[in-house]
Amino acid sequence: MADFRFESVTKSFGTVQAIQNLCLSARDGDFIVLLGPTGAGKTSTLRLIAGLETVDNGRIFIGNTDVTHIGPAERDVTFVFQQYSLYPHLSVFDNLAFPLRSPLRNFTPVYIQQKVTEVATLLQIQDKLDSKATQLSGGQMQRVAIGRALVRSPQVALMDEPLSSLDAKLRADLRIELKRIQSELGTTVLYVTHDQIEAMTLATKIGVLDHGKLAQFGTPREIYADPCSAYVATRLGSPPINLLPRSFFPQVSAPAQAQTIGARTENIIINHSKAGSGVGRIDWIEHLGDVNHLHIELSHPQHGNCGLVVLMEPGSGFHVNDSVDIDFMKPLFFDDAGRRIAS
Amino acid sequence: MAEIVVEHVQKSFGNFLAVRDSSFVVNDGEFVCLLGPSGCGKTTTLRMIAGLELPTSGRILLDGQDVTTQSASGRDIAFVFQMFALYPHLNVRSNIAFPLESQGVKPTEIKQRVEQAAATLRIQHLLNKSVSGLSGGDRQRVALGRAIVRHPKAFLMDEPLGALDAEFRHLMCGELRSIHNRLKATTVYVTHDQAEAMSMADQIAIMNQGTIEQLASPQEIYDQPASLFVAGFIGFPAMNLIPCTASVGAGESSAEHVLINGTAVPIGRRIPIIDDPQCVIGLRPEHICLSDQAPLRAKVYGTEYLGTNQIVTLVLNDDRTFLKARVRSELDVHAGDQVGIGFTAEKISLFSSRDGRSVALAPVAG
Repeated sequence: MADFRFESVTKSFGTVQAIQNLCLSARDGDFIVLLGPTGAGKTSTLRLIAGLETVDNGRIFIGNTDVTHIGPAERDVTFVFQQYSLYPHLSVFDNLAFPLRSPLRNFTPVYIQQKVTEVATLLQIQDKLDSKATQLSGGQMQRVAIGRALVRSPQVALMDEPLSSLDAKLRADLRIELKRIQSELGTTVLYVTHDQIEAMTLATKIGVLDHGKLAQFGTPREIYADPCSAYVATRLGSPPINLLPRSFFPQVSAPAQAQTIGARTENIIINHSKAGSGVGRIDWIEHLGDVNHLHIELSHPQHGNCGLVVLMEPGSGFHVNDSVDIDFMKPLFFDDAGRRIAS
Repeated sequence: MAEIVVEHVQKSFGNFLAVRDSSFVVNDGEFVCLLGPSGCGKTTTLRMIAGLELPTSGRILLDGQDVTTQSASGRDIAFVFQMFALYPHLNVRSNIAFPLESQGVKPTEIKQRVEQAAATLRIQHLLNKSVSGLSGGDRQRVALGRAIVRHPKAFLMDEPLGALDAEFRHLMCGELRSIHNRLKATTVYVTHDQAEAMSMADQIAIMNQGTIEQLASPQEIYDQPASLFVAGFIGFPAMNLIPCTASVGAGESSAEHVLINGTAVPIGRRIPIIDDPQCVIGLRPEHICLSDQAPLRAKVYGTEYLGTNQIVTLVLNDDRTFLKARVRSELDVHAGDQVGIGFTAEKISLFSSRDGRSVALAPVAG
């Protein structure tokens, strides 16, 4: 278990610049999640620290060791892939014990027995230790794969979308388990996903990647409340933040360069206006049970139409086709390049 | 446009009873979702309405007319499948025009109706493109175009968005609902995805093992689930279902409290106890609050920050009853904290332990 850091790392594949000048540092015990769409450079970053790719420029440190040019095996990291890659002919116990029996380590059978039992208990699969790996369900197999990555207390555990092949309910359950196990063991984790819920719920710090660049690095709450760009703002939050043309809202006091108003769905106040006099019209009310999503259509004589989504408690008295006035709490402002402007 | 009436319909395949004694009405212009897990009979029900399966017994009426034994082509119903069955060698226009051409409609009218359908779906710009180059969403729009161009009496849709990715599926839900608002066509829509059903439907029929467990509006189903099955199926995170005992005093035949792990919790109403005090209470995550004073104690097992709110997983002192609460995202709470938990009493649902049916309803949000 160790801290790690990237110092000005770049990596290209042919003409594609996968990672551009990446600087990122994690403390011991951090759960770092790299978030971004396909092609943002998440998996490349993971493969660079694992030693499965070599950097073009820059350096990577794990603990106080410069690992930039040493092989994967000496880096003492573990890797969990999207597809649980267990040894099908081995029992769960032997799968978990496998990394401990490596000739690089010299552990006694008693120690291995104790360590495997400990991790199996934490994973709540202690009664499955004698089963063949193939007799397990998908969720159990992925637990074993995660367990195998954590059992030998690596410097850093690397995980590439380990929950994405599971169904929604299992994914939600394992998310909590993974977080609990990680914080109990104190393992440093670098985790890659394009799922914002995983990023928000698991991470101590999120790194938002955009075309190979680190767009922002901070706690989930910092990134949600205080995004540095419109791109970052849209990465977190479901339903996503409303990005609205400033020209639709001349009454809102905004900095001069503001082109776009960013309004979280829970930070919009709407009121009934006298029929037809409001700026928006309710187009669709989406019932989710605990909350409704009001889809509001705005039209402007010169600028055309735009839509926004507002969160509302059920039974708040709004109906489809109602005409409404709109006001913002804590609006964010972005310039024409999508950069955040301090308000 | 039409009303669909399903009357005591049953369907067996060999020894397997796929749909048992199913009765419901889809009013003219209504959007009804048949929702349930695989094998619950929802697709079979839809196929019987379409005329693709013959019921073993019972009747199906379309616009007041008995169509039970009528062929699919005689029913004037459009069917949209999960896999967009388009003709790959034809362009978008010809794909949409196909059902009209086979009916012998005049070319000028075909042109006009195809363009009208394309405008409704906002795909006018694609009319002269080949379907093979289209994205999944556009293909499904074309498949819908082919359904709406006929002006059928009703639309039947079998997981039409199932093949699309999650984000796009949600977008298409909004689009489907807005198309429905424009056309006001009677629609029966089959899905296993509760979010799709909640977001689009006027009424949801929840099916389980061939039976409709509840038919009601999304909000009613959410607030007043008729059975434990419905309670567990709708809502994410799922409704908390806690086994407990009604607390009945000596000589009393009704209860205002239930005992959870020996702690009395008020349920906001008085329920008659006929014979069995065992019951299950159902509580949505947003109706649990954390408060230091509350007598029911729990430990925080984990927290999940979601921006708009956070989900707190709690475990009661028995170490095996887990609950999920949805609380404000500003609330300062951490794994390992000892907390008291309170319930919004009037929102509690109550189910019989014997048959899993609801015994006293919670009020529905307006």
